[in-house]
Amino acid sequence: MTQYLMIIIGAIFINNFIFTRFLGLCPFIGVSKETKPALSMGLAVTFVMTMASLITWLIYRFILIPYNLLYLRTISFILVIATFVQLVEIFIHKVSPTLFRAFGIYLPLITTNCAVLGVALLNSEMFFKEKEVLTNSFSFSILQGFSAGLGFTLAILLMSGIRERLEMAEVPQALKNIPIAFIVASLMSIAFLGFVGFKL
Amino acid sequence: MLIPILTLGILGLLFGIGLGLAFKVFKLEEDPRVGKILEFLPGANCGACGYAGCFGLAQAIAEGKALPSTCAPASIEERKKIAEIIGKELEEKTKLVATLICNGGCIAVDKFIYQGINSCMAANLLFGGQKTCPYGCLGFGDCVNVCPFGAMYMDEKTNLPVIIEEKCTACGLCIKACPKNILTLRPIKNKVYVMCNSTDKGALVTKYCKNGCIGCFKCEKVCPSDAIHVKNNLAKVDYEKCTLCGECVKVCPTKVIHPLSSTPGVEE
Repeated sequence: MTQYLMIIIGAIFINNFIFTRFLGLCPFIGVSKETKPALSMGLAVTFVMTMASLITWLIYRFILIPYNLLYLRTISFILVIATFVQLVEIFIHKVSPTLFRAFGIYLPLITTNCAVLGVALLNSEMFFKEKEVLTNSFSFSILQGFSAGLGFTLAILLMSGIRERLEMAEVPQALKNIPIAFIVASLMSIAFLGFVGFKL
Repeated sequence: MLIPILTLGILGLLFGIGLGLAFKVFKLEEDPRVGKILEFLPGANCGACGYAGCFGLAQAIAEGKALPSTCAPASIEERKKIAEIIGKELEEKTKLVATLICNGGCIAVDKFIYQGINSCMAANLLFGGQKTCPYGCLGFGDCVNVCPFGAMYMDEKTNLPVIIEEKCTACGLCIKACPKNILTLRPIKNKVYVMCNSTDKGALVTKYCKNGCIGCFKCEKVCPSDAIHVKNNLAKVDYEKCTLCGECVKVCPTKVIHPLSSTPGVEE
C-alpha cells in the first residue's frame, strides 16, 4: 500500500515532471495563459500519459522483452503516444471546436511532449529489472502515468492562475509575457524543491 | 531482421485501424464554406459581432444565422467576397469610426492625485476617477490597450486618446472598455462634432475644464441648417442634418466643437 502512495506522491510532488524533471515545458509555457484551456490541456495530457503507460507496458512486457527487441523501445513508445494524441485530437475536434482552436499547435505537440515519452521510459526502467518483471509493475506503471499527468495538470493550473493575475500587474516592458513566465516557473520550481526531503 | 520490421509493422497497422475506427465514430461534418469565409474575416477575434471569435461568425454566416455584413472590422471588399461565397447580396452600411467626445485631458482639473493601478477602470472605481469633471476622460488608455487594430494612441501633450480613422474598424471594443462612456461611433464623413459630454451648467464647467461645452447657445443660433442643438447644457450635432459648413466651429467660445482640418469651410 505504501508503495502505491509513494508513487502517487512521488510523481505529483517530489518528482513533478515539470518542476523537478523539467519535462514537457513546451505546453506548460504555451497553453498556460488562461485557466480553462490549461485545465483541458492537463486533462488531455493525463489521458495520454495513462493510456500510453498502459499500452507501452503491454508492448514492453509481451513483445519487446520476449523477442529481445529492447532497442525498439523508443520508436514503439512514440508510435503508441502518437496514436493516442491523434485520438484525443479527433475527440476534442468533435466535442469542442473552440477548445481545439485554443490549443492550436500544442495539441499535436503532445506527441513530442517529452513528459509523455518520459513517463513511459521511466516506467520501463523503474518497474523492470533488466528483463525481469517486478511484482505489481503493471498497476504501478498505470498509476505512475496517471499521477504524472495529475502533476502536470497541477503545475499548468498553478501557472495559468498566476499568469492570469500577472496580466493585471505592472511588469517591466522587457519582461512582459514569456520572460516573466520563465521567472515565475523557476520560482515555482524552487518551491517544489522543498518536497525533495519528504520521506514516506 | 524480419522480426523487428514485422513487429513495428503490425503494431502500426493495429494502431492505424484503431484510429480509422475512431475517425468513423467521431466523424466531423464541416461546411467547406466556413474556411473560405474565415479567409476574408480580419482574424482579430475582437468579438464585436457577438460570436466567439471570427471562426464562430464564419460558422454562423455559413449556416445563415448571421448576415455577411455582420463583421464591422471587415472592409467592404471583404464583405462582398463573403456575400459571394454564400450567394447573397450585400446591403451597404455607412462606415463608422470611434470618436472621443472629451476635450479635457491635461486641461481638466484634478481633484486628487491618483496613485493606483494604471487603468481607467480601476481609477473610476475610486470616487469616479481623479478628474473633477465627472464625465471626462481619465487618460490611462484602457481604450488604447484594448484596440486590436492599433488604431488608437495616447497623445502625450493632451493626455487624450487619438483615433486613427483609417485604421479604425468600429468594432466597438474601446466603447465597451471606457468606464466613462465617452467613446461613441459616428459616420466618418461627419467631421464636425462636439467634444464634450458634460451636462453640468456652464459656470461649473468653466471651473474644472476650460475646454468643455458651456451650453451658450451660440452654435445653435448660428447654424443655418438647424443641425446643432443645446440640450441639458450640452450641444449636440445632428449628423443627418449637418452640412459641415463650419459656422458653429467659428463661434464656439471654448473651441469644443471639433473641426478636422479636412472639413470644407473650416479653418484650422
